[in-house]
Amino acid sequence: MILRAGNLSLAFGAVRALDGVSLDLWPGEVLAVVGESGSGKSTLLRVLAGQMRPDAGRVLYADATGAEREIGALTEAELRRLWRSEWGFVQQNPRDGLRMGVSAGGNVGERLMAAGCRHYGTIREEAAEWMRRVELDPARMDDSPRTFSGGMQQRLQIARTLVTRPRLVFMDEPTGGLDVSVQAKLLDLIRGLVADLGLAVVLVTHDIAAARLLAHRIVVMRHGRVVEQGLTDRVLDDPRHEYTQLLVASVLAA
Amino acid sequence: MTDALPMRPATRDAAYNFAYLDEATKRALRRTILKAVAIPGHQIPFGAREMPLPYGWGTGGIQVTAAILGPRDVLKVIDQGADDTTNAVSIRRFFNRVAGVATTTDTRAATIIQTRHRIPETPLREGQVLVYQVPMPEPLFRLEPRLAETRRIHALADYGLMQVKLYEDIAAQGEVGSSYNHPVMVGGRYLMSPSPIPGFDNPKMHRMPALQLFGAGREKKIYAVPPWTEVRSLDFEDHPFRPVRAPHACSLCGSTGSYLDEIVTDDRGGRMFVCSDTDYCERRR
Ligand SMILES: Nc1ncnc2c1ncn2[C@@H]1O[C@H](COP(=O)(O)OP(=O)(O)OP(=O)(O)O)[C@@H](O)[C@H]1O
Ligand SMILES: [Mg+2]
Repeated sequence: MILRAGNLSLAFGAVRALDGVSLDLWPGEVLAVVGESGSGKSTLLRVLAGQMRPDAGRVLYADATGAEREIGALTEAELRRLWRSEWGFVQQNPRDGLRMGVSAGGNVGERLMAAGCRHYGTIREEAAEWMRRVELDPARMDDSPRTFSGGMQQRLQIARTLVTRPRLVFMDEPTGGLDVSVQAKLLDLIRGLVADLGLAVVLVTHDIAAARLLAHRIVVMRHGRVVEQGLTDRVLDDPRHEYTQLLVASVLAA
Repeated sequence: MTDALPMRPATRDAAYNFAYLDEATKRALRRTILKAVAIPGHQIPFGAREMPLPYGWGTGGIQVTAAILGPRDVLKVIDQGADDTTNAVSIRRFFNRVAGVATTTDTRAATIIQTRHRIPETPLREGQVLVYQVPMPEPLFRLEPRLAETRRIHALADYGLMQVKLYEDIAAQGEVGSSYNHPVMVGGRYLMSPSPIPGFDNPKMHRMPALQLFGAGREKKIYAVPPWTEVRSLDFEDHPFRPVRAPHACSLCGSTGSYLDEIVTDDRGGRMFVCSDTDYCERRR
């Protein structure tokens, strides 16, 4: 187990964004969180990543040394250290995950520098290597991400997140704002990287096809509750909860 | 130079309290300064007073000087290294009048040196105090406009962002150390703006025997570097910080080790390089 959530609840006024959510994540596992808009997926991701405190319940993380840490009990300094070392966060909108005023190479290098790397040449080499890995031309290392297309910006955000080889990555609709053809390529790229690096991933998506391609397991959310969870093929081929059946059927129909 | 010899302690203008500020204000300032000395490089807010000079004239430095000045102090004031600019002369006259203290242009004779944009070439010694006038105390202000976030960055010593800025500078210009206001790490803990001194002066801050105090009037912050404190300019292992000076000898004193100003001598492109530290230069001639 790398991440374990028990009985998470969080209400915004009358809206129960999370209502008794529990889940486990194993090292190297990709867990997709699916559900319609407003079902609480992003809220769950923020609570898991310690960016928001739940009203009740707790999140446990087994760190690289194997020690179990309760996320709610970490100091801000400890949490920030996790964010920039063992964890990564890929935002739906690359502009939220990138520094738009900093060059592509600087964006990729930031986590290395935050981790204490003080060798300019090494940072350049790593940045070039990671740009290659996400199929960006390293010759554009000194260009501003503003000159990149949406798909390129998203790949840059992924390179920037993975450069320090995190163990656990949270992704919120990583292909959300992109054209369908660009989405397919990006999903392939993510699948390759996740397998190569043995990353554990919590992937929020309402794209059932993306979940099928990337995830080992699926959690289906509705009104802040987990209505069904299980292995990807089982959930998608043999959905038991009628909401999941609707969800899967609507994709097939579309 | 107008007053190369120490200006005699004058009878101070009795219309003002000693050193202009009232005793309660000076006590509050001294408390702030003590806090600043206790946490090297950390910015401490203070209730800045209106001074009879506009902000651009170094009111932060003047308030610090006023708070620490005693009747037996000898004050030197420099602006860009020179004792004779309007700014330096005004501040010196101001304290001569409101505190009656002796003033000097001799770096060695001064007990307090208030400065804007330079550190004297003559090494300072224990017991002296160097007071810097600071326009913008926050080294991260261009990178992170949110004040609450800069405070959090300092609290957690989470300075990766500053290193990114340096990375960008090298990627764009190829070197570090040629500019002004190059950020430093104080005592291995706090990132600090050295005020707009040339990078050439940064190494002088490291393990300086004198006490260094920084006053920012508009931003209402005071910070300090106690004597003998480690001060490191931010850099990369493979792009070490190198202090840069114009590759010439001073046209007046021949110095090849001091920081030089380029002076245009006529309207036909004539120019010469002279020491920016006028006291140092005159003493060598
Ligand atoms: N900061 C907030 N303040 C008030 N209500 C919120 C806040 N964040 C989320 N909510 C509400 O909580 C519920 C769950 O929102 P959440 O963003 O987690 O859904 P989601 O599943 O990510 O939806 P989408 O697919 O549209 O991104 C919604 O009703 C939303 O309006
Ligand atoms: Mg969402």
